[in-house]
Amino acid sequence: MNVEQNVAEHVHRDDEASKLGMWLFLFTELTLFGGLFLMYSVYRYSHQADFHIAAKNMNTFIGTLNTAILLTSSLTMALAINAMQRGSKKLSLSFQAITIFFGFIFLLNKYFEWSHEIHLGNFPGSDVLLSKSQGDILFFGLYYVMTGLHGLHVVIGMIVIAFMMRFTIKNVITRNNYFKLEAAGLYWHLVDIIWIFLFPLFYLIT
Amino acid sequence: MESEEKHSLINHSYSIYVLVWLALITFTAITVAVAGINFGNATIAIAMIIASIKTYLVLTIFMHLKIENTTFKVFVIIAIFFLAVTFVLLFSDYSNF
Repeated sequence: MNVEQNVAEHVHRDDEASKLGMWLFLFTELTLFGGLFLMYSVYRYSHQADFHIAAKNMNTFIGTLNTAILLTSSLTMALAINAMQRGSKKLSLSFQAITIFFGFIFLLNKYFEWSHEIHLGNFPGSDVLLSKSQGDILFFGLYYVMTGLHGLHVVIGMIVIAFMMRFTIKNVITRNNYFKLEAAGLYWHLVDIIWIFLFPLFYLIT
Repeated sequence: MESEEKHSLINHSYSIYVLVWLALITFTAITVAVAGINFGNATIAIAMIIASIKTYLVLTIFMHLKIENTTFKVFVIIAIFFLAVTFVLLFSDYSNF
């Protein structure tokens, strides 16, 4: 105990500051997505009828399923951190693995969804889409950019969590030093929050 | 001493996370169910209010803001406040067309 305390005193570490740094990074993400949400709201306001018609193409079932999947992955991520705080390394590792798995399922659904839309010709620059109204074009443009950028964040999140699993196995992340895992969790939850807003805006306009 | 105190604070029980998850799933079900009903202009407002409640739950429990020290809370409130200001200013300008 004494030895451990001495070592801890000599290593410079400030978890609070690190966490604040992570939050500051999340705020930059907020401005990134905030700008897109601003753009969405303006175009939706100016093309209300078109947005309603375009949104009928969206598969509400897949959207709802993906929402549930992402919310559940947030739960498993929170539990992974909680397990680590309690010192159960194996449990934490399992929860991290499950989180990555849910992220994968989310992306798989997204893949089917996008393939379906592309099959219908609803992709930027296609003849089918260009022959539709301005509002349709804007809706699908925003749909691909916003869910695409969100999907990219899911991919990055999965990679980050994979690294956390490695750190956990190598005992870099431990019961007394789990900031890295917590930061990864913050990122994952932010991605979840963004989806919480994307979901009603793209799938539930009828 | 301080870190030990912090430690016990952070240790939510597992059940609170599961409860929050249940609430999040329930709100999702509500928002899907409500979307089928036409409330006119209120429809989008209802969807956004439900999304905000869900966000609040994720921020406070999953992201531990509830047990974080005040600095974090103030930072997050300011960030959200300025995003809200941007939306309000934009629409005060735009809706006059």
